Amino acid sequence: MASKYGRQLTPNPLVFLWPYLIVSSVFFLYPLFNALLLAFQQTNGPVTKEWIGLKNFSFILTDPVFYKALKNTAIFAFFSIFLQLPISLGLAMLLNVAKSKAKGLFRLLIFSPQLVGPIFVGIMFSVMFTKRYGLVNKFFQELSGWGLEVDWLSNPHLAMPALVLIALWLYAGFNMIYFLAALQNVDESLKEAAAIDGAGKWQIFWHVTLPAIKPVTTFVVIMSTIGSFQLFELPYNLFPNQNFGPDNSGLTIVGYLYIKAFRNSDLGLGAAVGWILTFIIMAISLLQVRASGTLKET
Amino acid sequence: MPISPLHVTLILGLLVFVALKLFTQSGSKLPSTYLRWAILSSVCALVLTPFAWLICSAFRHPDVFNDYTFLPPLQKMLEGEITLGNFHRLLTNPQQTVAGEVYFLQYLFNSIFLACATTIVQLLFCSMGGYALAKLDFAGKKLLMLFMLGTMMLPGMILLAPLYEMLVRIGWIDTYWGLIIPGSANAFGMFLFRQATVGIPNDLIEAGRMDGCSEFKIYWSLIMPLVRPMSGAFCLICFLGSWNNFLGPQIFIQSPEKLTIPVILSQYLDVYKQEYGVFLAGTLIAIIPPAILFFTLQKEFIAGLTSGAVKG
Repeated sequence: MASKYGRQLTPNPLVFLWPYLIVSSVFFLYPLFNALLLAFQQTNGPVTKEWIGLKNFSFILTDPVFYKALKNTAIFAFFSIFLQLPISLGLAMLLNVAKSKAKGLFRLLIFSPQLVGPIFVGIMFSVMFTKRYGLVNKFFQELSGWGLEVDWLSNPHLAMPALVLIALWLYAGFNMIYFLAALQNVDESLKEAAAIDGAGKWQIFWHVTLPAIKPVTTFVVIMSTIGSFQLFELPYNLFPNQNFGPDNSGLTIVGYLYIKAFRNSDLGLGAAVGWILTFIIMAISLLQVRASGTLKET
Repeated sequence: MPISPLHVTLILGLLVFVALKLFTQSGSKLPSTYLRWAILSSVCALVLTPFAWLICSAFRHPDVFNDYTFLPPLQKMLEGEITLGNFHRLLTNPQQTVAGEVYFLQYLFNSIFLACATTIVQLLFCSMGGYALAKLDFAGKKLLMLFMLGTMMLPGMILLAPLYEMLVRIGWIDTYWGLIIPGSANAFGMFLFRQATVGIPNDLIEAGRMDGCSEFKIYWSLIMPLVRPMSGAFCLICFLGSWNNFLGPQIFIQSPEKLTIPVILSQYLDVYKQEYGVFLAGTLIAIIPPAILFFTLQKEFIAGLTSGAVKG
């Protein structure tokens, strides 16, 4: 049989893998290799370039604007993980009760902002944050008697809070979907056993539910970190004149990359920023994987 | 500070909770169920308010834009404070460009074309790759999958500058090829399809081979119909990805008549400066196609999104 069907039994994987192999070598590996070279060159547009050694990196690492961007991005990532994810988990736990049709509807509605691309969200909120007339300003005024006259987008101290608020609206529902899916897979009998043993609600949450959803939590934390560090489209349109806020108060690392590489036409500098960004993301992801690993052992 | 309707609602909600606590038996689940749905409803209201605001704002007359948060009173609405004027201006006011006059509909068409083309190519390439990863044995498969996993961890932004340089060199700058092909066969999509294909019994494939089907025929007429739910989810992911893609067209496209909706709307912020209604009308139009797709495919979409994360 092997001889008769020999040809068919060892089908050639290239029949199916050629698109990936071609696309990833031409449009991934080659540019990646090129990015390595570019990072050590000074370019003016895509044509003229010159070897300058480590000057790109030394320029970036001594540029106060870069550190501003780094700080803003780090603050944003911090709130994504420590404010937004707990809220997402809380919402998922509220939704994860007995089966009901309402559950599907609520899940859908809370998820819906995800449909709107970040660039459109930036446009919407640029109007919603206007002084005196903006929806957000009016909401805070109604709620607390403060905020109507606040000029969020021209105040360097309020640029990051505005971004964090918008991200909450945009991404909380998205992460909730993952937590909800994980919670649905938690073994109910474990919880019941713990309850019979006299464990309180918090103890069950801490010792049964959280460990059970840990793989998904790790996944969501890493994805949020990677996403947060690549924040760009949201602040791009949010602030007037697309200048990333007063005094660079809404500038992110990718915003910095964009300005250097495409507004100032220095692709080499852009590539160098890209490598620094990659290094930061890799380091943080590794730390997170490590942290979740050590937690497992205890 | 005056008491606002918002406060009244919050206080009423709290009073109902207290009343439930007092007048139900101590073991009753009613108060906590009430609290749960009250919180969820408020969150939903918060989430949906910007959409309601967007819709109302797009229809408000420019002269009264700042007079109301949502809709004017009925009397005023009938007097013409609610109009299609913003949409009319958006659609009939052309952009003066070097390529002549370009209307908003042109950008809408560009975006739809680009999103559809991207989706078809990605669906084909990723499902092919996913099938190979799930059902074919070959040397170096583990290594290939490890490599793919690595590429997913790398931030895409690092390729922006070198990809731009490369597209200029091969003449793909200012063409849609540069937007469709580089992301067409991606690790994320292939892993999704691998996940969906791996559970299909091998006997089925063997039977197909016995019947003398070619490998491509097995993939095309045996596997693809079976992974239709995943295909639906993946199509939506691709469509949304292309539709909302800003940086790609912003950097790789130069001719004004080839631009897409996200790019042109962010330019309109400048063109229509204080005419908020006009670019909000554009934003509303921009949300409609993905919304239609999403509400038809939402079940598959959410299942597809979470399948890799939860099982794997």
